[in-house]
Amino acid sequence: MKYWRKPLDFGQVKVPRGQVRIVVDRCKGCGFCVEYCPKDVLAMSKGFNRKGYHPPEVVREGECVNCELCEMICPDFAIYSVALEDGSAGGQAAGATDGAEAAGAPACPAQ
Amino acid sequence: MSTVTDARVEDTIPEDEHPIAPFLRMDRIPHIWCPTCGIGTVVKCFASALQESGVDVNKVSIVSGIGCTGRVAGYMKLDAFHSTHGRAIPFATGLKLGRPELLVTVFSGDGDLAGIGGNHFIHAARRRMDLLVVLVNNFIYGMTGGQNAPTTPLTARSSTMPYGNFEPPFNLPHLAASSGATYVARWTCLHIRRLTRSFKEAIGRRGFRFIEVIAPCSTLYARLNKLGTGFDLMRFYHDNSEIRHGAPTSEVDIDFQGRIICGKFVDQQKPTFLDLMHDHYGKMLGDKYVPMPPEGGWIHE
Amino acid sequence: MKTDPAGVLTGSHYLDGDFACAEGAMAAGCRFVAGYPITPSTEVVERISRRFPRMGGTFIQMEDELASMAAVVGAAWTGTKSMTVTSGPGFSLMMENIGLAAMMETPCVVVNVQRGGPSTGLPTMVGQADMMQARWGSHGDYEVIALSPESPQEAFDLTIEAFNLAERYRVPVLMMMDECVGHMTEKVVIPPAERIDIVPRRLTGQAPPDFRPYHVNGQDIPEFARAGDGYRFHTTGLTHDERGYPVMSGDCQETCVRRLVEKIRDHADDIARYEEQDVEGADVVLVTYGITARVAQMAMEMAREQGIKVGMIRLLVVWPFPETRIRELAERVKALVVPEINYGQVVLEVERCARGRVPAVLVPHGGGGVHDPERIVEAVVGALR
Repeated sequence: MKYWRKPLDFGQVKVPRGQVRIVVDRCKGCGFCVEYCPKDVLAMSKGFNRKGYHPPEVVREGECVNCELCEMICPDFAIYSVALEDGSAGGQAAGATDGAEAAGAPACPAQ
Repeated sequence: MSTVTDARVEDTIPEDEHPIAPFLRMDRIPHIWCPTCGIGTVVKCFASALQESGVDVNKVSIVSGIGCTGRVAGYMKLDAFHSTHGRAIPFATGLKLGRPELLVTVFSGDGDLAGIGGNHFIHAARRRMDLLVVLVNNFIYGMTGGQNAPTTPLTARSSTMPYGNFEPPFNLPHLAASSGATYVARWTCLHIRRLTRSFKEAIGRRGFRFIEVIAPCSTLYARLNKLGTGFDLMRFYHDNSEIRHGAPTSEVDIDFQGRIICGKFVDQQKPTFLDLMHDHYGKMLGDKYVPMPPEGGWIHE
Repeated sequence: MKTDPAGVLTGSHYLDGDFACAEGAMAAGCRFVAGYPITPSTEVVERISRRFPRMGGTFIQMEDELASMAAVVGAAWTGTKSMTVTSGPGFSLMMENIGLAAMMETPCVVVNVQRGGPSTGLPTMVGQADMMQARWGSHGDYEVIALSPESPQEAFDLTIEAFNLAERYRVPVLMMMDECVGHMTEKVVIPPAERIDIVPRRLTGQAPPDFRPYHVNGQDIPEFARAGDGYRFHTTGLTHDERGYPVMSGDCQETCVRRLVEKIRDHADDIARYEEQDVEGADVVLVTYGITARVAQMAMEMAREQGIKVGMIRLLVVWPFPETRIRELAERVKALVVPEINYGQVVLEVERCARGRVPAVLVPHGGGGVHDPERIVEAVVGALR
């Protein structure tokens, strides 16, 4: 990310990192998590679960910031995120190479 | 176990690892609600609120009526009562008065609480009975196949109003506030964080607390009105809900596909039914007044 | 156990049936009443509203009878003994949640001070026309227990018995009073608390993870857990399995509902209570209950003076119907005469049990008053012809 000046707490802010976990066979393919993930981590998969629904899958590995929005909005208790310990300092999520808006998620539409 | 072919998911998640699994009857999950139904989201927010509020979960009771939202009691791992249609509120009143230390929640739908249960709703609000009432409003009678509800907006179609509804609907926050509710809020299923915060706030309050949650009903309301699925309704809430805390409740009616005013409309502290009862009997009877203890009226050896 | 003295107004009193019933409830350990005023039952809750705040009870006048019964069922799940009071029109409204109480196996007491019906009928005058409704009023298959007192003293005693039966069988118990007994003032002796035996609400000894709310293990009734004790159980009006979870299947219906019915039917003989007079060697036996029993008493004496060998069986428990005893009597007498303040309700049960061996003769009365004993004597004489 380009800063016009370096924030004073540049070295201290840690962007959280998370890992999405999906309970595949509980999903009913509603699509809420895919639509409202602020980091576009998920997409509907082409495969089916046991009930015939398309569950989501992680398509942007490493982008999850553990905001837990998917966990809150899923009506089927089929997805949640867990915090990963290595949130990195310097306003950059570790592993984000494409310079996307890594520091702080954009205003979440569903706040 | 997973049959998703090109997914990068963990295949063997133990089901009880979900953060709110302790609040759910995991032996009954997956639940019966339709894909894109919003009720599950409300349950998740409520369970999170309970978790974060730190209340003694053993003292929380939940009472549901009949209908889709009425099934909530069956999925939550609390002392849960699935009572008769419309009678969740008086049933909950009995629970609260029989054992005053309980935290009693009523979780039911618009048809159950505002239709057949309308009378009980306004009287419990009037009395300021110490209940947290969560009304999930999907504008229709879902479980029975999509009939007109007291909240169905004008011109909306339903299975008993096939040419469109011509009956004016209730404005529920206004009804609750005018009847005497001391905490009145409305959110949609999309406002997950604000809804959770509202639940937490209401859990910490006393008296008749009323939270209306607008929820998408894909199979009936959306389909009969050609609005797509619940997913499309969520997008609609995104574009058409407006947060106005403290708005006068007379102004928060919902027209068909119109603006949905959300927010916390009423937040007052007033003596509850039990406060009033204790104060009054204390004054009138002095030390002859013997109140029922908080542990309730169970007589045992 | 002996009852809690806080509710016992020991002494000799001059009370009407409604007040006596209220005293009986308090003596039995009832501490929650939700009611709605309806003539001629209102005095019961008026008495309760006056006494409860002095003895740790909570009374609430609900907005209607539907709410009253729902609140009674809810309160019962906290372990508190609960009761409601009504008359005909309110009884009809309460049917929905009486069914709920039966399905959830909730112990509670419903008092119906019967008046002339149907519909608004004769609000201030006697009737006995809700007897079949007591048995069949709510939809579906279930069994209840119904008692019928003939005096204010009995209104006191049988209300305590009603609460005890409710606890023993986990069923709603109906006190079928009538307006005459309810509004009649007589001497009522209330014994000291040490002489009143009550069945307390017994709780399960199981630990919460092992507890299943409808598990019977060969008994007739499951163990009870209170809301708020950490059991986090689920109960529903839907047909349910032993975990209290709804199951939509014929098998579950068979397991769940059959037991609701059999737990009473199998114990009908234990539950039955009746008083007999001069039944040995009688040619005609009067089958009576409630206020009509007292009128029938007079008729019996009048018939005796005419040389007729007449006896009487007075039912204190009307449901479950004392089939065994009535069948026995039907083998030995020439006629059974049933005076009641309705156009034929309990007589149908008597006829069913008589199985055509002897005639079951109804002496009807529409309500608004009690029988003229002459009419009962005429029926007795006619039955022997």
